[in-house]
Amino acid sequence: MTIWIQILLVLGLVLTAVYLVRSTPSASHQAIRRILVILAVLVGVVAVIWPGLLSLIAHALGVGRGADLLLYILVVVFLIESVSNYKRSVNQARTTSALARELALVEARLEDAIAANETSPTPTVAKSTAKKSSRAPQGK
Amino acid sequence: MTPRAKPISRGAKNPDVWIVIPLYNEAPVIGSVIDDLKAVFSNVVCIDDGSSDGSGAIAKAHGARVINHPINLGQGAALQTGISYAREQVGAKYIVTFDADGQHRIDDALGMLELARSKNLGVVFGSRFLDDRTNPGFAKKVVLKTAVWVTNQTTGMKLTDAHNGLRVLSVEAAKGINLQQDRMAHATEIVVQIGRTKLPWEEFPVEVIYTDYSKAKGQSLLNSVNILFDLIVN
Repeated sequence: MTIWIQILLVLGLVLTAVYLVRSTPSASHQAIRRILVILAVLVGVVAVIWPGLLSLIAHALGVGRGADLLLYILVVVFLIESVSNYKRSVNQARTTSALARELALVEARLEDAIAANETSPTPTVAKSTAKKSSRAPQGK
Repeated sequence: MTPRAKPISRGAKNPDVWIVIPLYNEAPVIGSVIDDLKAVFSNVVCIDDGSSDGSGAIAKAHGARVINHPINLGQGAALQTGISYAREQVGAKYIVTFDADGQHRIDDALGMLELARSKNLGVVFGSRFLDDRTNPGFAKKVVLKTAVWVTNQTTGMKLTDAHNGLRVLSVEAAKGINLQQDRMAHATEIVVQIGRTKLPWEEFPVEVIYTDYSKAKGQSLLNSVNILFDLIVN
């Protein structure tokens, strides 16, 4: 009866795809991830101490050997890890973009303020800050 | 508040309009593109997206306001920076997005502005598929039509050309724009966000000039896979 492992693996892959398309990072996701990590450690310890158990589960699911089952699980887990890594990097890129944009706009506003002050005789607040930050060589 | 430069001066041309050009490595053409624009528009802002070929300096020398991204972020990010800058300028009423590679006609931009002003529209999209002036070639047409189809499915709008860089936005519409898609998928994202503003919009027939230069730099069939992926996943 290999049907059980097939169902489980296909389900795992489909859920990975759903996770890729949907879901936004949140505190509950982090909690779930941490619970899963702890579970994985416990299952790992159990499997090391009683290696026969893995084979028993594998047989029950219709997989020949415990080692094969381990490989299948590893593939699915690897995919999930790749997806969550990808999502993390996209979020990071967005943060970087926002930061870089703000930097570019601040520079532009500063340049505009300096240009405006050079043409108009009335001094403004921006002039003094501009002088301070760029250390313009004017007096003092 | 920070005082800003006054773009309106005597003899200013279209002082209430800001041309926004995302600029990345277009040194061979950007100078003449800006020269042509400056003949009609006083306010031209280029967002130099980390060019390595001196595009930014050339744009500046030809009289454009140049804003520098400290690192390369992508065309969508550059467009957003330009829109953010232009919409906070004193006296700005309309923002025109324009490609740096010279594929747009200034007459079209003027026509779109006139349409926006006369009908008080929030947005005018340029479309190369409303008349038969533009001949993109078969492969490109397939890519563009796919992009339009996806855009229309996502937004519920009925556009004929989604990935056209020539657009007129009112400042009100521009305030509703906050692009997250740094790469090419921003063209659909911009439509989505304009749809949300509920402002009236129209399409305007434009001609896209495919020079050998712009053809060499244009989007490949493979890149449309990237666009689709970005749209569905993110």
